[in-house]
Amino acid sequence: MLTRILTTAIFAGFITAFLAALLQFLLVQPLLLHSELFESGVMQHFGTSGAGTPAHAELPGFDPLRDGMSVLFTAVIYTGYAFLLVAGIALASEQGHEITPRTGILWGIAGFVAVQLAPAMGLPPELPGAAAADVAARQVWWFGTVAATALGLWLVAFGRSPVIWAVALLCLAVPHIIGAPEPDVFTGPVPPEIAAHFAARALGVGLASWSILGMLAGYFWNKEA
Amino acid sequence: MNTEAKVAVKSQALVGSNILAIAFAAFVGVGLIAIAGHVQATTLHDAAHDVRHATGFPCH
Repeated sequence: MLTRILTTAIFAGFITAFLAALLQFLLVQPLLLHSELFESGVMQHFGTSGAGTPAHAELPGFDPLRDGMSVLFTAVIYTGYAFLLVAGIALASEQGHEITPRTGILWGIAGFVAVQLAPAMGLPPELPGAAAADVAARQVWWFGTVAATALGLWLVAFGRSPVIWAVALLCLAVPHIIGAPEPDVFTGPVPPEIAAHFAARALGVGLASWSILGMLAGYFWNKEA
Repeated sequence: MNTEAKVAVKSQALVGSNILAIAFAAFVGVGLIAIAGHVQATTLHDAAHDVRHATGFPCH
């Protein structure tokens, strides 16, 4: 069992990380670099001219150290995601549920909802320089939301009675009833157009990557059987 | 101990070790995510900065 978990998590995690890093460089990183021009003051939004802020800027190119670190940490994070996902898959498999690459995609989407979408409803993926509440408080809410959402989705999927489903609904709703820690003032220097685009792309890349992760986890789980 | 009881004990031990393996995997997963996504040590934060933002972890 342990060998099967390790092999599945590491292979699925590493392959997904490579694709996720590629998507990040193509879709997310340009917006991050653009926002840093505003964070550092090279560009300013809401200038006095009233003519608006130019929407296009020259962005710094490939940075071997910075981007290399990004690939490395994408690998660590997606391997972490993979371990959590495969732990869930192994538990379901223990209980007699069949896991295939097809059902793996569902597992991946559920993982995306628990780890990225649900927390993003309170703490949207933020650009550097955005105003936010105390980081420790946000991390507590983040971990709590991930745990409650994962449990809620598990109960939706495997629960067999209306009472269980009611508990599931409660698990899914409670983090948002409590609400994420919010900043006292807004200080973000970046145009909202870039911030909105960034949040949407971060989530889109997350969904794509988690779907691939789930499919690969399903594939390697069966291959190692 | 008859054969049936032996089989039962063995399968119980197997289930136990499986649960341990699953718990270990979950622990490793949370650990990796906490290190790469949440620990605020400056070096770690700077190295993981772009990925933390791109994956929506609470950063800064």
